[in-house]
Amino acid sequence: MNRARSPHPLLGAVLLLIVGLPAAAATADSTPQLVIRDQRFVPDALTIPAGRSVRILVSNEDAIPAELESYDFNREQVIPGHTEIPIFVGPLEPGTYGFFNDFHPDSKGKLVVEPAAQ
Amino acid sequence: MIGALLVVFREILEAALVVGIVAAAVKGLPHRGRLVAIGIGLGVAGAVGVALGIDTISQLAQGTGQQLFQAGVLGAAGLMLTAHNIWMAEHGRAMAARFRTLGADVTAGRASVAMLVAVTGLAVMREGSEIALFLYGIAASGTAAMPLLLGGLAGLASGIAVGVALFTGLSRIPLQRLFSISGLIILFMAAGMLAHAVQFLVQAGYLPALVARVWDSSAIVAGGSLVGRSLGALIGYTPAPSLMQMLAWIVSLAAIGGLMFARSHGSAPAPTNGATRVPGSAS
Repeated sequence: MNRARSPHPLLGAVLLLIVGLPAAAATADSTPQLVIRDQRFVPDALTIPAGRSVRILVSNEDAIPAELESYDFNREQVIPGHTEIPIFVGPLEPGTYGFFNDFHPDSKGKLVVEPAAQ
Repeated sequence: MIGALLVVFREILEAALVVGIVAAAVKGLPHRGRLVAIGIGLGVAGAVGVALGIDTISQLAQGTGQQLFQAGVLGAAGLMLTAHNIWMAEHGRAMAARFRTLGADVTAGRASVAMLVAVTGLAVMREGSEIALFLYGIAASGTAAMPLLLGGLAGLASGIAVGVALFTGLSRIPLQRLFSISGLIILFMAAGMLAHAVQFLVQAGYLPALVARVWDSSAIVAGGSLVGRSLGALIGYTPAPSLMQMLAWIVSLAAIGGLMFARSHGSAPAPTNGATRVPGSAS
């Protein structure tokens, strides 16, 4: 399957120029990873720092598409089968935020936002 | 089975509300039913296309392709509704006053045809692609897929029934009142779509959220509930909006509402015999 992260870097660059603000505003260090495996989120609780935009790499290892959706942190993103896609979250206040798979509402996960340790 | 029914029903509900309202708002347009059918047909074809190409779309622009796509679809639909509303603000009252329908005015007829087909198609494509992916997921999972598939189809039928009921109900309203009511609903719907488009750009990281969550009303109306989804389609409700999304909503609402107000008052009073409008012979 197609696992290339950016098959169209030129298009991306053009869009960045047009829109002005970089898509990858989040810092690149230690990208948190979320895996969808057997219709479950692994881990089911993902910890990220508070107060900044965080890029989370979501990887769907199933053949079936999933839709990661959260009303708590206001995101929705279809993750096709055998694909990994980044989502950008925050900046959020410390706390716990729920998300779920809209195509399989029983599978739920939590985003634990912790005060940034300095 | 009930689970699959609910998933599909929730997805189709938003599209059904949009199509039902837009179809009612162009009362009197010739071939209205056929045009709605064309819009839905194009939307379904588009939805299947999007579902098939979801891998490609997803990988565009560093993985933000879906957000850009959604922002584009919602932005286009929102702008078409805006254009329709502004035009109706100027001409709707006069048409209703003379008991003329949209079809009586060739220009309006054409503009409304484009709006009706495009907005119907875009709404169906947006929600339909998720339904196509969901049903594909069920079919791909193989075992015991049949009850789930039936549940999904039942959900689809229920959603369509809601759209038809809304359309029928609105269509019973007399022309003059209908145009005012649909204008108001479409004003909020357009603002909600434009704000939602902006929120997708925030999600993709192209715009700052400013404040990620201005409030959280999910305890009152949960975003995933049927009421939450309906309000989402009608006024752009989300339980925890970002400040950027809120600003987009307020600016859209004020701008569209302001233009509607200016147009409806700029064109009044209606000419006396209705056939011609004589420009004022100032100075």
